[in-house]
Amino acid sequence: MTTGLFLTQLLNGLQLGVLLFLLASGLTLVFGIMNFVNLSHGSLYMMGAYFAAAAYNASDGSFAMAALAAVPGTLLLGLLVERVALSGLYRRDHLDQVLATFGLILFFNEVVRFVWGPASVYMNVPQALSGTVDLFGLAYPSYRFAIIAVGLAVGAALYLVIHRTRVGMLIRAGASNAEMVSALGVDIKGLNSVVFALGAALAGLAGLMAGPIVSVQSGMGEPILILTLVVIVTGGIGSIRGAFYGALIVGIVDTVGRAFLPTLLREFLERSVAQAVGPAIASMLIYLLMAVVLALRPQGLFPVRHG
Amino acid sequence: MASRVFAALVLVALAAVPLLAAALDQPFYVTLTTRILVFALAALGLNLVLGFGGLVSFGHAMYMGIGAYAVGILASHGVTSGWAHLAAALGVGALVALAVGAICLRTSGMAFIMITLAFAQMLYFLAVSLRDYGGDDGLPIQARSDFGLFTLDDPVVLYYTAFVLLLAVLFLFKRLIDARFGMVLRGCRTNERRMGALGFPTLRYKLVAYVISALVCVLAGVLLANLTRFVAPSYMAWTVSGELIVMTVLGGLGTLFGPVVGAAGLLLLEELLSSLKLGVPWLDQLLNQHWLGLIGLFIVLVVLVLKRGLYGVVVDRDRRRGGQA
Repeated sequence: MTTGLFLTQLLNGLQLGVLLFLLASGLTLVFGIMNFVNLSHGSLYMMGAYFAAAAYNASDGSFAMAALAAVPGTLLLGLLVERVALSGLYRRDHLDQVLATFGLILFFNEVVRFVWGPASVYMNVPQALSGTVDLFGLAYPSYRFAIIAVGLAVGAALYLVIHRTRVGMLIRAGASNAEMVSALGVDIKGLNSVVFALGAALAGLAGLMAGPIVSVQSGMGEPILILTLVVIVTGGIGSIRGAFYGALIVGIVDTVGRAFLPTLLREFLERSVAQAVGPAIASMLIYLLMAVVLALRPQGLFPVRHG
Repeated sequence: MASRVFAALVLVALAAVPLLAAALDQPFYVTLTTRILVFALAALGLNLVLGFGGLVSFGHAMYMGIGAYAVGILASHGVTSGWAHLAAALGVGALVALAVGAICLRTSGMAFIMITLAFAQMLYFLAVSLRDYGGDDGLPIQARSDFGLFTLDDPVVLYYTAFVLLLAVLFLFKRLIDARFGMVLRGCRTNERRMGALGFPTLRYKLVAYVISALVCVLAGVLLANLTRFVAPSYMAWTVSGELIVMTVLGGLGTLFGPVVGAAGLLLLEELLSSLKLGVPWLDQLLNQHWLGLIGLFIVLVVLVLKRGLYGVVVDRDRRRGGQA
């Protein structure tokens, strides 16, 4: 195990982490403010990736067109879904919300299979980012590096919006007491739509960024949705800070664990045992992490402070 | 009254299915209805925590998986005794449910949903990594469970075994829910803090309910493995947990018989949509290929419109007329 390999895996983990953060921040805001569990967030990510890939292929490989289709497209789709199906569910209990959004997942999976067919759709990384960058003597793909940069930039922008602007102040106020905010004369329905649309746009952005490095196919939103849920529960539901650290922890633990745990176990266990157990434990690692966190701190690592 | 008549009619119809199938020479109906019975059993188990305890478990497919894998793994080592299968399945299931329940029940609300989902995913990936037992591809089962007195090889025997088990669990749950235990459990659903203040160790009650409900799902898993003669990680995919919740809600949350109605309703609808022939080629093709999307819309509609569920509506009407549900 060389340092270079370890650093590469660490960066890969970071890259998965920021992708998860793009999804988790939207999901955790929606949950924090509207007390709404949105399982179909992964479907918005999938739709973002499909919009991007479709525009990319239609415009002969223009990544800018892909971005223009993916982010506003998902934003509009999010608004539509929120108004038509979900806004009636805010006052219902979590079970109804889980069920209805579960139904939406099945629906969207079939919609993409119907429109784009059952086979995967592909898009390439933009020409300018197809090379590698040199990080202290380590060659790392530029595109993956760009994902990290975009993720961190979005994180910083979100921090500024939420802590420095009027809308952000309302979002924070809504997260700690939505009824009081509406009693003060704020249009909470409009605020809900803004937050939902923002979350949807971030999911679309995640879909766009992930498009060139994964295969865009029906059902691609589900594995990452479950990872995202692990992130927000580990980080503390409703907390952006929790989503950020949670995403990085989950991304890095998952990637580094898968890469090195089987080799590491071989040091302690017999070869055959390690080969059988290693991958199993590696893929269970983040769920173990979440279980341990919840068992010790049911509120998550960085709970929202009310008061 | 109407709800009891309805439930009795459904059970009589279920009892008659193999005879009807034999008369019509359509053995496929027995397979389909056995599947309904198996999922009815699992949904019934889930309903104990979901409907009566108010605990939204998003991981009960895990217990069906444990039951199915117990049969599959033992059978692959040449153990065909049904009693051994049952003992292993229920033993492992109880241990896992105790441990998982003890951790999960410390949380509530959204966190409970997610942590049960996480444990189910953990087991799913464990099953995927069991390369000796088929891994991702699954494991065919050579011989079905042999209980000495009878073997589950005959589809009709398997059917009636599932049917009798369903009746037994229905009877047991009826007694359990009306008993003190059930009262405490329902009390926790309404106001757990008050139950605690009354001096009930609520966590212990919820844990016992969780383990019982898990064991019913394990039983359903044992039957499912015998029905399909195959086990795969997909048996405990998170979508299966979702479907179990859909069945429970579709039938009527917190009603004794609701899950049976819900399981039958959902599985029949799936069967209908995936094989429907309307005589219009393009529409048929659309339906038969993309029926899952329609099921998705159907679920959204059920949540938005049919809040009390199919059987729950009947029960509610009885209550309004002053009768007992």
